[in-house]
Amino acid sequence: MSALPPYASTGQRAWYYSFRVICGLIFFFLIAPIVVIIPLSFNAQDFFTFTPEMLRLDPEGFSLKHYRNFFGDESWQTSMWNSLKIAPMATIVSVTFGTLAAIGLSQPHVPFRRAIMAILISPMIVPLIISAAGMYFFYSRIGLQGTYMGVVLAHAALGIPFVIITVTATLVGFDRSLTRAAANMGADPVTTFFRIQMPLIMPGVISGGLFAFITSFDEVVVVLFVGSAGQRTLPWQMFTGLREQISPTILAVATILVAISIMLLATVEMLRRRSERLRGMSPS
Amino acid sequence: MADASNVDAFVEFERVQKSYDGENLVVKDLNLTMPKGEFLTMLGPSGSGKTTCLMMLAGFETATHGDIRLDGVSINNIPPHKRGIGMVFQNYALFPHMTIAENLSFPLEVRKMGKSEREEKVKRALDMVEMGAFGGRRPSQLSGGQQQRIALARALVFEPELVLMDEPLGALDKQLREKMQFEITHLAHRLGITVVYVTHDQTEALTMSDRVAVFDDGRIQQIAPPDQLYESPENSFVAQFIGENNTLEGTVKEINNGVALVQLDDGELIDCKPVNVSRPGERTRVSIRPERVEYNKERLQEGVHTLKAEVLEFIYMGDIFRTRLRVAGNDEFIIKTRNAPDQTRLQPGQQIEIGWLPEDCRALDA
Repeated sequence: MSALPPYASTGQRAWYYSFRVICGLIFFFLIAPIVVIIPLSFNAQDFFTFTPEMLRLDPEGFSLKHYRNFFGDESWQTSMWNSLKIAPMATIVSVTFGTLAAIGLSQPHVPFRRAIMAILISPMIVPLIISAAGMYFFYSRIGLQGTYMGVVLAHAALGIPFVIITVTATLVGFDRSLTRAAANMGADPVTTFFRIQMPLIMPGVISGGLFAFITSFDEVVVVLFVGSAGQRTLPWQMFTGLREQISPTILAVATILVAISIMLLATVEMLRRRSERLRGMSPS
Repeated sequence: MADASNVDAFVEFERVQKSYDGENLVVKDLNLTMPKGEFLTMLGPSGSGKTTCLMMLAGFETATHGDIRLDGVSINNIPPHKRGIGMVFQNYALFPHMTIAENLSFPLEVRKMGKSEREEKVKRALDMVEMGAFGGRRPSQLSGGQQQRIALARALVFEPELVLMDEPLGALDKQLREKMQFEITHLAHRLGITVVYVTHDQTEALTMSDRVAVFDDGRIQQIAPPDQLYESPENSFVAQFIGENNTLEGTVKEINNGVALVQLDDGELIDCKPVNVSRPGERTRVSIRPERVEYNKERLQEGVHTLKAEVLEFIYMGDIFRTRLRVAGNDEFIIKTRNAPDQTRLQPGQQIEIGWLPEDCRALDA
């Protein structure tokens, strides 16, 4: 929204300023709950409140004890490693199958493309608790319930829709004559895929992969159903922590997760811009 | 239809048909033989089947029926990447994530060529299109004309014997297009490659080709060298499509000694060369090129039939004058005259007599 033109009427002026206020409120509504946990995680007390010392900005009111607790406590550490073992694996599976599905479904000659696409995307739309219950019964039958592989597959199923959507979006702008040109120059379909198509749809693959990673990393419902004690992930640990002992350690973990998310997003965005600049496209 | 003998046939289409939906034929019974080293242009309006033919040759479409042979070998069952045919695409299809040198190196890499040999060939190909200094750039950093040259170099770098070009100059401005037309023809003849060139621009077809195949409605209407195509069109579609053309409609009165006497619809008589009319009473469409019409009485041949004409419009075009006349009820009769010192400029409203040599006036199908 550009500056107000000199001929703006009173109504337009009123809207001009109220629009800004509304935007600010929405922003506040979205960000405040996340921002508020950050100072709280440095609380010197074992409570979820701002102590008078903290409000006075007295150094006595702040401490890193919750962070020490997180890194020192064995159950927190186990759950972190579980998350770090499950999320990347689930991401790799989602990216592989999601990309293949998107490429397949972008071919105009595939029958029932829309129906297949809708089915593949359904985990995003169906309430998570329903997917989770379904997976629980299905995985129990085939012996995947309570296994590492089971959790990875369940998370991959949740991540695939993101990959399909982002990769399909990049494929819309993909020039089919490039693959024809490659074939014409003697490249077989596999070479063409890895040398021509893959590098060009990479931004979509990366964003999709990022979404898939985050989905797995902060997923709690499905892992409660499909996992067992051996697959206790960070969100699971936080969830039980909230129920059983309300410790600000959860806030420390939350802060760390927020920091990781921001770093991941920033890195990926930078990589994406770089690759687009190299290809001579404007960063969007 | 093809005039090359089968002995030196390099590219052959034999009774080729193509249908996308199983009902309508886009290409109907195509027969075409090309000798090695020929520059053949497929010319036609959009939807005439010319691009489909090119795609079948490249292997991106399969023929519904018939046989396509390259150097005597049927290529119907050979996938595109094993055909070894170079191609320049309409939008160039340069790989945006690779540099120019990497783009050119790609076809050599997939052929498992050694690094030094690759570099050598890439350099030679870039020098050939005068783009030697641009190897490190990316396609998006080049202008349209430069991208066009790179696309050409990339299609030639692996030394294919047959190169296909699908309207490669369509996106360039007029001057650049004319320059590239000459460069492509010179390059093709110098390297001795066989070229199949697709365009809808008839000037391009005439200036570049050894032979032109005019496509319409899925068939080759005529295949001939440019001069024959322009001066001796075999049917009214070709006459209309190639160059500017005046048509008059009438009925054949008699045919004698290779000259047809045609009575125009307003009753006037003219002499024509019968092309695809054979007997008196047949309807015909008579075709005369604007530059072959003469109105200067002294230059008209003795005894030829002349027609009365009224000048409607005089257009000064620099090198030529373009005059619109009303002739035998046709308001769109155009004549072109050279802007020479002794040339008279006709005035609108002026009544003149026009005539032509009987062999320049072709009686075609109605």
